[in-house]
Amino acid sequence: MMAITVRIPTPLQKLTQDQPEVTADGKTVDDLLKDLERRYPGFKDRLCDPQGRLRRFVNIYVNEEDIRFLKQEATPLKDGDEVSIIPAIAGG
Amino acid sequence: MSFIKGLRCRECGRDFPAKALFVCEYCFGSLEVDYDYPAIQARLTRELIQSRPPNIWRYRELLPIDGNPTVGFHTGMTPFFRAERLAHALGVKELYLKDDSVCCPTLSFKDRVVSVALSRARELGFDTVACASTGNLANAVSALSAQAGFKRFIFIPADLEAGKVVGSLIFQPRLVAVEGNYDEVNRLCAEIATRYRWAFVNINIRPYYAEGSKTYGFEVAEQMGWKAPRHIVVPAASGSLLVKIWKGFKELHRLGLIEKPQTRLYAAQAEGCSPIVTAIEEGSDIIKPVKPKTIAKSLAIGNPADGYYAADAIRETGGGGAAVSDSEIVEGIKLLGRTEGVFTETAGGVTVAATRRLIEEKRIPRDEPIVVCITGHGLKTQEAVVDSIGRPIRIKPTLDSFEEQVKDKTGGQ
Repeated sequence: MMAITVRIPTPLQKLTQDQPEVTADGKTVDDLLKDLERRYPGFKDRLCDPQGRLRRFVNIYVNEEDIRFLKQEATPLKDGDEVSIIPAIAGG
Repeated sequence: MSFIKGLRCRECGRDFPAKALFVCEYCFGSLEVDYDYPAIQARLTRELIQSRPPNIWRYRELLPIDGNPTVGFHTGMTPFFRAERLAHALGVKELYLKDDSVCCPTLSFKDRVVSVALSRARELGFDTVACASTGNLANAVSALSAQAGFKRFIFIPADLEAGKVVGSLIFQPRLVAVEGNYDEVNRLCAEIATRYRWAFVNINIRPYYAEGSKTYGFEVAEQMGWKAPRHIVVPAASGSLLVKIWKGFKELHRLGLIEKPQTRLYAAQAEGCSPIVTAIEEGSDIIKPVKPKTIAKSLAIGNPADGYYAADAIRETGGGGAAVSDSEIVEGIKLLGRTEGVFTETAGGVTVAATRRLIEEKRIPRDEPIVVCITGHGLKTQEAVVDSIGRPIRIKPTLDSFEEQVKDKTGGQ
């Protein structure tokens, strides 16, 4: 068992019983999303489109790095990693 | 009187109340303010707008507040003028500048969005405001929140230009310099925003904030004599300004205030950070984030939140985009200065250089009118040009010295 800390954005906290941070398990980001779905049914539907791909306004970070600069959903995870799920935001 | 109907998800169309929400809780799409357009149409006329003071609130019915605005009474209605000498230099017939380098109070178009954001934040009951910024937004939030009497926390990348740091600190906010690039500052702020009940203007207040950019487009249309331009070149960071200028033209048309726009939109980006232009040129549906590397720090957003919508608007209008090098940016700043007497920051250099490129590549015809969007002042980014504009001619306080060093050497000019 690995323990990966996942920070949950406000729109998904209803699924995690208002917890802003949860622990989950997975060798990759994709595995982790599956584990989150097992623990919090409905989770994956919210993050992924009907084809199972991450929605275009969902950003996932592993230890503060955007997974699009790593190996996308195949990005490997190890014990103690921190994952953030963050909606795209504007700025300037 | 309020014309706001609520917030609507731009992706899935679900409706939400007009609160401090910014993202659809079902699909993570961004939320957009929805208005009661028939009620606005029954009230708003060109004459009513023209009877009001020259600031952004002359378009108040099309801005997302319920009551009276709090700040921004000197913001907007910036100069719009025909730029004959720049047109000549670029080899085109008709060129106009919309000059927000002199927008009040902090010399960039961000004063528009922040005036709207803070007026809405007050209505939503916040006492503390915050933002993640590449500099211009930091300046605008720092100044306008001082005027409006908010507590404020401003987050910037630690490597910003001195002018932008001083231009925030002078208003005495809590200025936090984060050791990372803008995208990292933004990610951190998104996490901070979930823990503290602050009005982050570009996060939980974003649907309201972003609407302020429409006033740039409204003014262009009004100042052109109530019509939308044929070609308009817009600097693009998150892509929001371009999207909202287009929305502004479409709203004016919907309300019967202008004819149907025949506008083509063009995005101007720096080569070192051009995710939107790249997506357009590659015909890609995906906006691929990048790690920015450019002197145009105000445009250095590698993960543009409105990139998809900007690309859609550009494709819808048959426009395009250009990405320019750092040396072209510096040349663009200097060209604008020596032809039009306008000192713009690096983003303006990007826009001028991109306009030049689009004309040279015949993507904008030389005989059709073009509007170039200047969005910030050059005193904020002096580092970018200080080594390429020469030095003063140093002389002794004597006529001999003057004639020897200046008059003779410069041919008496």
